[in-house]
Amino acid sequence: MRGIVGYGAYLPYFRLEREAIAAALGTPAGKGARAVASYDEDTTTMGVEAGRRALAGAPSGCAPDLLYFATAAPAYLDKTNACAVHAALGLEGSALAVDMAGAVRSGLGALRAALDASVPALAVLSDIRTGLPGSSDEVNGGDAAAAFLFGTGEHVLAEVIGQASSTEEFLDRWRTPGEAFSRVWEERFGDHAYAPLVGAAWTDALKSAGLTADQVDVTILTGVHRRAVRAAARALGVAPESFADDLSSTVGTSGTAHAGVMLADALDTAEAGKVIAVVVLADGASVLLLRTTEALAEHRSAGPVAAQIAAGKRGLSYEAFLSWRGFLRREPPRRPDPQPPAAPPALRHERWKFGFRSTRCEECGTRHLPPGRVCLQCGAVDRMQDENLADVGAAVVTFTLDRLAYTPSPPLVGAVIDFDGGGRYRCEITDCDPSAIRIGTRLAMTFRCTSVSANGIHNYSWKARPVHEDATTSNGGTA
Amino acid sequence: MASRGIRDRVAVVGMGCTKFGERWDQGADDLLVDAAGDALASAGIQRDDVDAFWLGTMGSGISGLTLSRPLRIDYRPVSRLENMCATGSDAFRNACYAVASGAFDVVMAIGVEKLKDGGFSGLAISSPPDDGTAPDLTAPAIFSLLSPAYAKKYGVDEAELKDVFTRIAWKNHRNGALNPRAQYRKEVPKETIARSPIVAGNLGIFDCSGVSDGAAAAIVVRAEDAHRYTDKPVYVKGMSMISGPATGAVDPEYDYTTFTECVVAANDAYAQAGVTDARGQLAMAEVHDCFTPTELVLMEDLGFADRGTAWKEVMAGTFDLDGELPVNPDGGLKAFGHPIGASGLRMLFECWLQLRDEAGERQIGTIAQGKKLALTHNLGGSPGECVCYVSVVGSEPSA
Repeated sequence: MRGIVGYGAYLPYFRLEREAIAAALGTPAGKGARAVASYDEDTTTMGVEAGRRALAGAPSGCAPDLLYFATAAPAYLDKTNACAVHAALGLEGSALAVDMAGAVRSGLGALRAALDASVPALAVLSDIRTGLPGSSDEVNGGDAAAAFLFGTGEHVLAEVIGQASSTEEFLDRWRTPGEAFSRVWEERFGDHAYAPLVGAAWTDALKSAGLTADQVDVTILTGVHRRAVRAAARALGVAPESFADDLSSTVGTSGTAHAGVMLADALDTAEAGKVIAVVVLADGASVLLLRTTEALAEHRSAGPVAAQIAAGKRGLSYEAFLSWRGFLRREPPRRPDPQPPAAPPALRHERWKFGFRSTRCEECGTRHLPPGRVCLQCGAVDRMQDENLADVGAAVVTFTLDRLAYTPSPPLVGAVIDFDGGGRYRCEITDCDPSAIRIGTRLAMTFRCTSVSANGIHNYSWKARPVHEDATTSNGGTA
Repeated sequence: MASRGIRDRVAVVGMGCTKFGERWDQGADDLLVDAAGDALASAGIQRDDVDAFWLGTMGSGISGLTLSRPLRIDYRPVSRLENMCATGSDAFRNACYAVASGAFDVVMAIGVEKLKDGGFSGLAISSPPDDGTAPDLTAPAIFSLLSPAYAKKYGVDEAELKDVFTRIAWKNHRNGALNPRAQYRKEVPKETIARSPIVAGNLGIFDCSGVSDGAAAAIVVRAEDAHRYTDKPVYVKGMSMISGPATGAVDPEYDYTTFTECVVAANDAYAQAGVTDARGQLAMAEVHDCFTPTELVLMEDLGFADRGTAWKEVMAGTFDLDGELPVNPDGGLKAFGHPIGASGLRMLFECWLQLRDEAGERQIGTIAQGKKLALTHNLGGSPGECVCYVSVVGSEPSA
């Protein structure tokens, strides 16, 4: 029996209310809000956060040998983004990490590939949805990530009981490399193209599982074509009450990641023995049928989707959103551009820079961030052991709001923080209301992209974020 | 730590200091020529009377050629050194040791910085290639970390502490207004300082030192030769340059209310100089007021005030020009300006003027009262990870 042994979703902190878009552009106001990746997030960092959650609850012996990273908005081309995810998650060097990048359909593809593998395999789905100001993609899109660890045996919390796909070449949506937004064909054409594809995949999937539509308990239906998705909802023949919340009013449709986010949301609450259908419309149709097991109750994600929705920070200004997305270019501070990391030191310090592995002195137990060879307390040389502090809580010792520093979102919040059990670090605090930071504010670590240099180098490192009191579990479940 | 010092073995017999400020009309070469020329004239000697040179600059040139080229120095030793914002002091320290060792008879220490050609706000320091994990906080932000930590430790209201910072800036601007070489020569009302735009934490523009161009130089000889050059030499009593283990940013025991390096350097320099009661014995102090909270904390680190009380002493006027222990009578980094490599020698220049009763309308009363010792304190880096220099100089050799 092969299936999901660990899962997790990641929603960024900020929410853009659709009313804010309407107010700025004079368009009819939509309902709800969309999730927005912060200025220091990209699909790679969000994928890491989802991956951390998926691995946090995973049973031992299931360390992934394969990592598939799917996104329609890769941070890099030509270079494998999955390698940064691999490094941040601290996976074994022998594990293969590959991208499935470029199109929304890659998300379902990554799930299938991880499912079909013969070794423990992690599928990480992540997307940032951007469209021209006022476009449906901008208004209805959302940014999110989800990750699923596939394996076999008693730990499987949802077994895959059937699947099918249909493929056809047609023009629904497209984006050429380098463009910031996608283009779409006339909407009514999609109805015509998708309907038979959905029908074929759905029929085949039910047949492969020996099920009928009325036996489906939870239907997860999403896709890149809103109108075709609505039509599919009518055509599937499942019980109307089986449809899962599509999160359109709270998250938006997160493209490559969305089926994963909805599935994680369903797994957060599903009882054992329930049949879950995942139906994705993207350049064809794909269906996965799963049945939850008794193991699910014990292995739910520590960061439930509902809690992350509740923890979202509403009220992001449309101007801030546009400037983060590069559509509104703001005057930079009169400061030097941030210096990109150099490749050799970044490699030498990979475990620290990407994995947040500090060191602990074997002689006296003192922690060192960043790692050093000489103990600051007892002076022992080269007596250090690696220690992962990514999941250890911390608190603010002193802090400042830097209004002069280079940041796309001034002021930069700098802080000195002390970790539970020892260790001090000076770092940036992100995802916060700067005016709410105090000495003693509780923090959790998060993987971020601190800058992108003029020559395109993404500087990844770890920042701290406040543990928000209304959803203490939204920070990787470790606070 | 064995630190024997060179008390009264060398003396300063000439000094020069350019006007600090936005010197759009002068390059580093011009500033060096002017400062060196003034120092030579002050000692009554020629360029070729100097046996060796120590040049301090953080980024206005590399190698001894930075000095020997503009001055056309005639094949002499020139060391170029850098020790962050304490660069000028370290140039002076090494020059003194060279004389004390007997290697040379007459040497020059000179510091320069040309910052205003950079085109940036604040200080911009380029660092070697790294892994990119260190947060990119600006200098005012890093020093503003002192404020909440001090407020919490000593139970001082943050608004009250802001008044203390304001008074420090007000005092230094007031002193600078009396100084023709200072970058800022106007008194600034406390309300203006308190309401200045916030740069980082609770620090406004007026809590920050001036980004400045300038140069300063000193001529150093053996103490027994000093009177051949001047009637009023200034003797080196003690010097300490301490580089810390930089554990503040990694060691939870550090609490951001002190510069440990400064405490160590002060105790070392005091021991060399025979100072047992800093507040009582010193006529004045020039300290590294890069940001107003720095000056506050230094008053305690240097032993001028008990822990947790300096903020009260500041408000009481203890460190005013006419106070019990004048601090930064020349306006300090705040009003005189902070051309990095020159600042340590600029501090010494004020001691030189005050101890010789040549400070004009800002001449302090403590000298007339008979005090004969002055202190300079120079710091580079940030709280918890810095280099720190403290010197004590005096107008009379020990009996």
